[in-house]
Amino acid sequence: MKLDRRTAIKGALAAGVGSQILKVPAAAAQAVPIQVGFLTVKTGPLASGGIQMEQGLTAFFKERNHMLGGRKVEVHTADTAGNPAQTRTKTQELVERIKVNCLIGPLAAFEALAIDDYIRSSQTPILTVAGAEDMTQRKANPWLVRPSSTSAQPSHPVGDYAAKDLKMKRVACIADDFAFGHENVAGFQRVFEDAGGKVVQKLWPPLNAPDYATYISQLKPDLDGVYTGHAGSNGFKFIKQLREYGNTAQILGGFTPVDESLLQQMGDDALGAITGNWYSAQLDNPINKRFVAAIQKDYKVDPGVYAAETYLCGEVLEQALKDVGGKIEDKNAFMKALKSVKLKESLRGPMHFDEYGNVVGNNYIRKVERKGGKLVNAVVKTYPDVSQFWTYKPEEFLKQPVYSRDYPPAKNLEQ
Amino acid sequence: MQFWIIQTLNSVAFGGLLFLLSSGFSLIFGLMRIPNLAHGAFFMLGAYFGYTLLSLKFNFWIAAIGAGLGVGLVGIILERFVLRQLPGNAQGQVLVTLGLSFIVADLCLLIWTGDPMPLPAPQELRPPLRYFGLAFPTYRLVVLGLALVAAVGLYFLMERTRIGAMIRAGVDDPEMARGVGIPVSRLFTTVFLLGAALAGMGGVLGGPILNAYPGLDADMLPLALIVVILGGAGSLLGAFVGSFIVGFLYNFGIALVPDLAYFVLFLPMVLVLMFLPQGLFGRVQL
Repeated sequence: MKLDRRTAIKGALAAGVGSQILKVPAAAAQAVPIQVGFLTVKTGPLASGGIQMEQGLTAFFKERNHMLGGRKVEVHTADTAGNPAQTRTKTQELVERIKVNCLIGPLAAFEALAIDDYIRSSQTPILTVAGAEDMTQRKANPWLVRPSSTSAQPSHPVGDYAAKDLKMKRVACIADDFAFGHENVAGFQRVFEDAGGKVVQKLWPPLNAPDYATYISQLKPDLDGVYTGHAGSNGFKFIKQLREYGNTAQILGGFTPVDESLLQQMGDDALGAITGNWYSAQLDNPINKRFVAAIQKDYKVDPGVYAAETYLCGEVLEQALKDVGGKIEDKNAFMKALKSVKLKESLRGPMHFDEYGNVVGNNYIRKVERKGGKLVNAVVKTYPDVSQFWTYKPEEFLKQPVYSRDYPPAKNLEQ
Repeated sequence: MQFWIIQTLNSVAFGGLLFLLSSGFSLIFGLMRIPNLAHGAFFMLGAYFGYTLLSLKFNFWIAAIGAGLGVGLVGIILERFVLRQLPGNAQGQVLVTLGLSFIVADLCLLIWTGDPMPLPAPQELRPPLRYFGLAFPTYRLVVLGLALVAAVGLYFLMERTRIGAMIRAGVDDPEMARGVGIPVSRLFTTVFLLGAALAGMGGVLGGPILNAYPGLDADMLPLALIVVILGGAGSLLGAFVGSFIVGFLYNFGIALVPDLAYFVLFLPMVLVLMFLPQGLFGRVQL
């Protein structure tokens, strides 16, 4: 038989119609694995967190046997090296060459901001772990959900706890001089001062400051506490140097300075530190117990926030895929499903998203204690259903400028 | 008053640490004209070697010496097999040493992971000294003392010994030095060994203050560069004075104008480069 164009089209049509009736293409489509792009940091100074992100995600997919919503999932890991330009290149590569269906990551706010417009224009669903406030606030990206938290979300409850439960009046804040540090401290300051406390000092060491001696020597002697919003290895260095100078102030903090990944190395310096986070390896729920055991078995460490957040991304992705029957190709429907994910039980406890794609869920006040010979973040109080707007009205919250070095203004600074 | 005392102490203690970091850089740069941008990586490598030796239960001071020798060995390999291929090619040396510093950084990440590793100071040096309501870390003063010892030792080595004289002769005129029987190439390897070992030891001695962590190299290298540019390349006195100048600039700069932390550090460097390119104590190149 001579195969001309017309018969070819007819044949194709017939095959199409036929298979439509037999539901063959659906099955065929299902057989194609879902492609997930994973942006993380495996080289350079931020690699510590990035490698833990990979451990968390690996643990998740191992547990699910690489199947989500009835389909096989392939993960493509890209190393952004913690560099915004490289993040952009890698994202483009994942989307255009590998044709991923969705993205997980990146780690840092400036990386997320570097791909913000590309995510919008390429309409790629992304589950991010980076903190940058405005990506789920004033400039909410319709293709993004954030199951972990904004930079300030976990520090709001610490402000409340310090003022109301610990009855603190005078606190000094110190954090790295970049967006995460600014936002993290701002959240604490706002709630703490609204509850009657005073932030009397705000110190901003450069991100790569080798030594905090000058800052520590400047801390006032009569403080009730020192709030640290340092990220990465800086919190470790700060707390160590604080004690080295014989300063015994009560340490308060955001979720990074005494992360589980640092805790075992920190020794007694960290004992008693009170911090706020949406996660602790101590959380008493079956999912977390399984997760902690898996990470301890495979990597010989306690999982910290970086490992937890990618596992959580996995759980959210799984639920959304279930809701759309595995059809991730219908981007709009998938995105809608992603935003309406509501988990009664997850690694972090119950969680859902607000209309901006940011998580509403439990936040915990944690205290560093020694249990069975090792340091842990013991949960001392649970704040349920914490949103990124804390208890403020979203409309009013969004009318204010985004959290920064100078907002909210610190009216109680003492010279 | 208390402010000035404690910040002065901070400044000199930090200056001491900086001297341990930058003396090796100055030695290599000044004598051999090699701008070794892997010096920060040597410092970090020393800190990690020290961490490993400490976790093998070695005594702190032995760990410092051991790590210094280990990094010195790395320095020898670098000098013998890489830098020797690029004599007088400053551009090539800059790029090669910079590239090597990235490689070292990633190898450290691979071996010691990304988590910061603490190097505990010897137990007896841990409690802070307290006088008149002031508290100051004992260990930092010990580091200052060690920096002074190193400065005096290096001075004697370079200015008062035969080997020092031979090194200086080899630098000034290698052909002539070879002619009178000085083993110039072996001496250069020795200088590189010494410079790298100083960085490695500095890494361990700085460890109890800074920890060993990815990025330590990049945090410290600019400081070494400022010190050497301020003080003048090739001058031990320059590295010594430069270290304390940077110590004071850094501490008082931050304390008095906190928003300009790096401005107060780099502006003097720019000014010195503009008006006194050889640095405060540098030799004018012939």
